Amino acid sequence: MKPTGEVELSEMIRAADGPLCIQGGGTRGLSCAGDVIETTGLSGVSLYDPGALTLVAGAGTPLAEVEALLAKEGQRLAFEPRRLNGLLGTAGETTLGGIVATNSAGPARIALGSCADHLLGVRFVTGAGEIVKNGGRVMKNVTGYDLVKLMAGSHGTLGVMSEVALKVLPRPETEATLAISGQTPMQAQAMMARALGSPFEVTGAVHIPGGDTLLRIEGFEASVTYRAGKLAELTGVEIASRDADSRTTWADLRDLGMFANGAENLWRLRLKPTDAPDALARLQGGKALMDMAGGEIWFEYPEGDMRDQLKGLTCDAQLVRGTGAERFQPQPAALAKLQLGLRARFDPRGVLNSGLMG
Amino acid sequence: MQMPKPNARVLDRKDRITARLRAALPNCPVISDPRELHAYECDALTAYRCPPMCVVLPGTTDEVSTALRICHEEQTPVVPRGAGTSLAGGALPTADCVIIGVARMNRVIETDYDNRFIKVQTGVTNLSVTGAVQEDGFFYAPDPSSQLACAIAGNIAMNSGGAHCLKYGVTTNNLLGVTVVMMDGEVVEIGGEYPDAGGGLNLLGLICGSEGQLGIVTEATLRILHSPEGARPVMIGFNSNEVAGACVSDIIRAGVLPVAIEFMDRPCIRACEAFAKAGYPDVEALLIVEVEGSNDEINHQLSLIKDIAMQHNPAEFRESTSAAESAAIWLGRKSAFGAMGQINDYMCLDGTIPVSELPYVLRRIGEMSQDYGLDVANVFHAGDGNMHPLILFDANKPGDLELCESFGADILKLCVEVGGCLTGEHGVGVEKRDLMDYQYSPADIEAQLRVKDVFDPAWLLNAAKVFPLAHTEARRLKGALPPSAS
Repeated sequence: MKPTGEVELSEMIRAADGPLCIQGGGTRGLSCAGDVIETTGLSGVSLYDPGALTLVAGAGTPLAEVEALLAKEGQRLAFEPRRLNGLLGTAGETTLGGIVATNSAGPARIALGSCADHLLGVRFVTGAGEIVKNGGRVMKNVTGYDLVKLMAGSHGTLGVMSEVALKVLPRPETEATLAISGQTPMQAQAMMARALGSPFEVTGAVHIPGGDTLLRIEGFEASVTYRAGKLAELTGVEIASRDADSRTTWADLRDLGMFANGAENLWRLRLKPTDAPDALARLQGGKALMDMAGGEIWFEYPEGDMRDQLKGLTCDAQLVRGTGAERFQPQPAALAKLQLGLRARFDPRGVLNSGLMG
Repeated sequence: MQMPKPNARVLDRKDRITARLRAALPNCPVISDPRELHAYECDALTAYRCPPMCVVLPGTTDEVSTALRICHEEQTPVVPRGAGTSLAGGALPTADCVIIGVARMNRVIETDYDNRFIKVQTGVTNLSVTGAVQEDGFFYAPDPSSQLACAIAGNIAMNSGGAHCLKYGVTTNNLLGVTVVMMDGEVVEIGGEYPDAGGGLNLLGLICGSEGQLGIVTEATLRILHSPEGARPVMIGFNSNEVAGACVSDIIRAGVLPVAIEFMDRPCIRACEAFAKAGYPDVEALLIVEVEGSNDEINHQLSLIKDIAMQHNPAEFRESTSAAESAAIWLGRKSAFGAMGQINDYMCLDGTIPVSELPYVLRRIGEMSQDYGLDVANVFHAGDGNMHPLILFDANKPGDLELCESFGADILKLCVEVGGCLTGEHGVGVEKRDLMDYQYSPADIEAQLRVKDVFDPAWLLNAAKVFPLAHTEARRLKGALPPSAS
């Protein structure tokens, strides 16, 4: 099924007599059992106001279309949504709805937040077919409960999004990648913490065990040069690339190129950055990437549930590629009760993406 | 403004309820003396007052839990209270409620610079959070004007903003985790010590801005940042609101992202100048634009802003060259509310509009001001379209408050009409409660009510706020049944 409007979407959901699998471009490897509702017919930018830093578009709008439009005005989605085609071997187009539903964000999350932090408004259809809007298209809005945040990362379990409003930001004049090699995870984590605890506005901090530790700074040319110098004094990093070369480096980190075309199970672990070296030590071996100064670790783990190795460490893990373990982080009883309560009220028949999120 | 009729079955049990609270909480003040209750009869929306049945001031999460458990068993309404600075009446009591205030819970629990967070009890004031880390070069970004007095509990309840959120975001963007006590006394941890902690549905984002209706937040883990090397404002005066609005838009489009862009119109400029004597020019519209960074970075950004401003032929362009001049530029703006208070009683509104609608909205407010015969001054965060029209009225003149409220409602409806919203950072409370239908459809509101059904099935927590009473009546009455029947 491929609705072309909100009312049609609502009718399809009302008419459903079994499970529904909600899909944007189908790039994120999250398909589940049931009749497929594809949101790519709910496509198109309905409003773009560069002077107000806002964009409103159908949930099925391709990310590429939005980015091309923003680029013309020197703007961008600053949270760096990840494209997972390479990682998962998927063919479709990444859509705004898929990004919002998974609350996707790349390395910039450490400074600029995740998709939820840039989401201003949503329209969605509940599992009972009701059309609901929340938030709007302005930057500051505390009118009523913030269902916008709730919808971000809800994986289509509370409603099918039809339209999203996003905050956009100016694209910086230039950027630079600062690098140092040969650090242990412990040294890398300490260095990244020092850089992030400085006034020099680092917008990316990753370490590849056995490889480089990389920092990114963005802004006006003179400012980038100045901050690169300061960070070199502070942490010993050196400028490795600038402008387009630097952008290429971070686009590859964003899309997790080092894990592309792999068959191994791939996990995303989130934790307190200073706990990252301990976690990596427990998970020894396997290809890994420490993003968010250690706050997010991407990790290949051959089989089974890697959570078993991390007992006693406060963290949460999601299986992004592969099978053989619980995909989503199991929730403590009190939180599970609240989440199931919300799902029961937004999707009383339990038809929406019922296999996802526990 | 209507409040629900107090529940007689609860009022009849007042002595029993206060006695139970006292017995279970020997270390907590439990206030029921009518004279002492006066201090809690309103918040910063002073037009409405109602003493509560009693007030409990716990010192720990466990004590909050005990108090809530007893109130839940007694099916007694609860109104949570931070520092009582809400401009929206978020902490306004009902006669049949127990106020649970977190003001005594003002301890910093942990600071962690390597992971850049601070964990506090939520009775701490906003400014004292920055105070706890500034010697080490850090700060907490959200900065509501009331930051000297307002508590983090209230900041979380209302998702408070401030002048600097254009760059740093509002409370929800700086909140990592909370300890919440549910209405039945259960203590729940949501989020954690790192961004997006825990997985699952984003309950943290839902709690923030829920106006004390889903639970009482007793501890919070907040993101802290290293302070910038420096900051400096410029003041730009224009002879037309339209041109000032266009200048704001051009600055944003040029890729400069100032930390703050404040806008004042002529009535506001004149009042502030008369009060603070900051040396403001007598112009139609005044912008204060602040940028951050090292000295050279600041110079560079200000030169870009100057180039843009000059294309709009400003009547005045004043760049600060010293700390004293920076302070003078901010002085007038920061005394805006005080200046208004000296002239008259005033009502402060908080709608948000798309920045591009600024000139139209200001013109319409001017016309409405004529029609209502009430003066209005505009001061607002222009970068994000969050307006604070201040309507002047005379509280001692019969009918003037009602006239002012009606004018305010018309301004907020206008904000919604042009694509904005009723409240940008103050919250709905009781003040904007009855306007919710202008922004949301019945289905939009029903979706929100269902969230409360999950967190507070008996509708006991701050239940007379946020949503028009007609929408919530059936749910509240169900909650008001005696314990045995529920």
